[in-house]
Amino acid sequence: MQRIGVFVCHCGTNIAATVDVKRVAETLLKEPGVVHAEDYQYMCSEAGQKLIGDAIKEKQLTGIVVCSCSPRMHENTFRKAAERYGINPYLVEIANIREQCSWIHKDKEEATEKAIILGRAAVAKVMLNAPLQAGTSPVTKRALVIGGGIAGIQTALDIADAGFEVDIVERTPSIGGRMSQLDKTFPTLDCAACILTPKMVEANAHEKITLFTWSEVEKVGGFVGDFKVDIRKKARYVDMDKCTGCGECQAKCPNKKTPNEFNRGLNNRSAIYTPFAQAIPNVPVIDKNACTYLKTGKCGVCAKICKAGAINYEAQDEIITREYGAIVVATGFDTIKLDKFNEYGYNTNKDVITSLELERLMNAAGPTGGHVVRPSNGEDPKTIVFVQCVGSRDTTCRGKTYCSKICCMYTAKQAMLLKDHYPWLDIHVFYIDVRTPGKNFDEFYRRAVEEYDVDYIKGQVGKVSEAENGRLLVQASDLLDNRQIKMEADLVVLATAIEPNEGVRRIASMLTASIDTNDFLTEAHAKLRPVESPTAGIFLSGVCQGPKDIPETVAQAGAAASKVIGLLSKDHLVTNPCTAKCNQVYCNGCSNCEKVCPYGAISYDEQMVIRFGARETTRVATVNTALCQGCGACTVACPSGAMDLQGFSNRQILAEVDAICR
Amino acid sequence: MKTVTADQIREISGVDTRKCMKCGRCSASCPAYDEMDIRPHQFISYVQNGNIEPLMNSKSISKCLSCFACVERCPRNVKPAKVIEAVRVSVLRQRGETILSADEMPELLDENMPQQLLMSAFRKYKK
Repeated sequence: MQRIGVFVCHCGTNIAATVDVKRVAETLLKEPGVVHAEDYQYMCSEAGQKLIGDAIKEKQLTGIVVCSCSPRMHENTFRKAAERYGINPYLVEIANIREQCSWIHKDKEEATEKAIILGRAAVAKVMLNAPLQAGTSPVTKRALVIGGGIAGIQTALDIADAGFEVDIVERTPSIGGRMSQLDKTFPTLDCAACILTPKMVEANAHEKITLFTWSEVEKVGGFVGDFKVDIRKKARYVDMDKCTGCGECQAKCPNKKTPNEFNRGLNNRSAIYTPFAQAIPNVPVIDKNACTYLKTGKCGVCAKICKAGAINYEAQDEIITREYGAIVVATGFDTIKLDKFNEYGYNTNKDVITSLELERLMNAAGPTGGHVVRPSNGEDPKTIVFVQCVGSRDTTCRGKTYCSKICCMYTAKQAMLLKDHYPWLDIHVFYIDVRTPGKNFDEFYRRAVEEYDVDYIKGQVGKVSEAENGRLLVQASDLLDNRQIKMEADLVVLATAIEPNEGVRRIASMLTASIDTNDFLTEAHAKLRPVESPTAGIFLSGVCQGPKDIPETVAQAGAAASKVIGLLSKDHLVTNPCTAKCNQVYCNGCSNCEKVCPYGAISYDEQMVIRFGARETTRVATVNTALCQGCGACTVACPSGAMDLQGFSNRQILAEVDAICR
Repeated sequence: MKTVTADQIREISGVDTRKCMKCGRCSASCPAYDEMDIRPHQFISYVQNGNIEPLMNSKSISKCLSCFACVERCPRNVKPAKVIEAVRVSVLRQRGETILSADEMPELLDENMPQQLLMSAFRKYKK
């Protein structure tokens, strides 16, 4: 005979304000099998858990129902409590009367009735629960970091310093990422290269870190602790062991007509190139879409002049397969395309540039050697207009709904650096709000206004056109003075919204990691698990999770690393026992389950089965419980009812439905 | 003239004025800005404050070209031109006049005139 205990949580006022918790407890006490029911303010607290423990001892409970928040929040808490007090943790059921009841209803009467029904369903289910034992699976003590920007580098260094092997996969020819393109960094104005390149060198030299540059993740299989990843090493056409990095090939390459991606198209590069002088590894790649030899078979200049004989036009892409215990996504960001913002004239006027392009112009290693000029004619600008929120905080189809977070600060930085170099410059910044929370951030912005005399105007730019004298005509609002401004400018800088890097969707789907409507990767819990994906073993680092600046990125990179270290330090992981199980007596060998299983956990083989007292050898399904994630797809696909999910058996689900419909 | 309420303006225009972030891109885009006594961005805040009477008496409701640049440029889908139009319609309805009727249209047709202008005129001068 089952003896069930029901525990109803108030969750402060979260549940109690909309649900009559006392009545829920009293009503559920009348359910058959229920021998104990009580309510308490915070069931998840130490005192609440003790209530459960006391009831287990006094009433010899055989099953527990907790009416509280979502099982995603506290199922584990209550399972652990049950285990501590001597009950198998899988004899605990949660009735979610917060997210699925009190939070979404206003009427107390209706909400109470629904809470009772949800509780009744959980009671019906727990009556059929069986004690389950969790198994274990081994952990491969190596981590994969996807993306070699500051987020990926920092995560990799932190993991490697803890003594674990790390591989970094970077799709461009060099690690360094977005940060390597920047000039100086706010709020302390250290030069980006001065603080980044030592980290790049350290990552390259670290005995535990392996770099796969010019490479992409091709395929991901397996699960937490035991991922199998195919990495495509794209053909570099340059032998990494032989190349000395002398740079002669790049200088002599006759084909210099490809827009330089690293300089955001502000100048051109050769077909064989390293993105920048401090690239790591300092080995060029040949752009097969640009190289004359690879396209036509004529030229071969680089091979002729390479003293090391490193050029190999016959190189092919190579796929390597490696095992990992954990994967960190650090794929970073790009600026949005401005095709839909014709009013700013970005595509029609060379002197309208994005802030990232301005970074390249300001950078001493940039296309103009750090001399800021008008791209149209190379002349020095006298008036510069900055436009904030270009595509950010935009709820139309043109832009992004979120604040890109970094623009206010880098605009203040760029304005001050420009004033430092060219004190005669006239600088105007059009803003909607100036948002500078952060240590020493607001002081930084105020310095731009108060010490550098940068003209901040509350209002937006409506139109940028070309004036007859070749300058730019900016039409904008000054909302505080209630006037429309028309001013001439030489350079217009657009603080363009940022978005997750192209290809993040492909990576997310390979990892079965969830992404939001803006393609940012979703964290397991917005506040309490900010660096973990809901998919076990996948961790998030940097802007792929949401807009953030360098200090925040580095902090998050370290946090992700510590989570990875925690995982890799274990020899075994406890696996979820709620896995599928095949009743081979009923299995007809149809393979439906094998086809729908997203984890490749089901296989078929010939087995001896006793059916109706007779022995026969037949083709039946077997579940590999180490691979099974308990999604339940196979139980739905099985036509003969042989496949069942432990902890969520068909009988249990039907009992719940019956209880709801009663 | 009877003043309509801010709620009526919101209902006629279908505009949720709370979405406005006060960026001023509407007034920055407006080609009729210099002719207006109350500017597009101000229309939104007047409606937010429930202050409709000055809008009904403003020159701006007939100066607005209905070019919809403000609607096109607004990053929050607020549609200031729709608000201006709602005020204009409220005024015209009370006067009970139709300044431009469909019968007069053929005479006004001119191949050099953009059709959008006729549509705008119709929006403004027909009840």
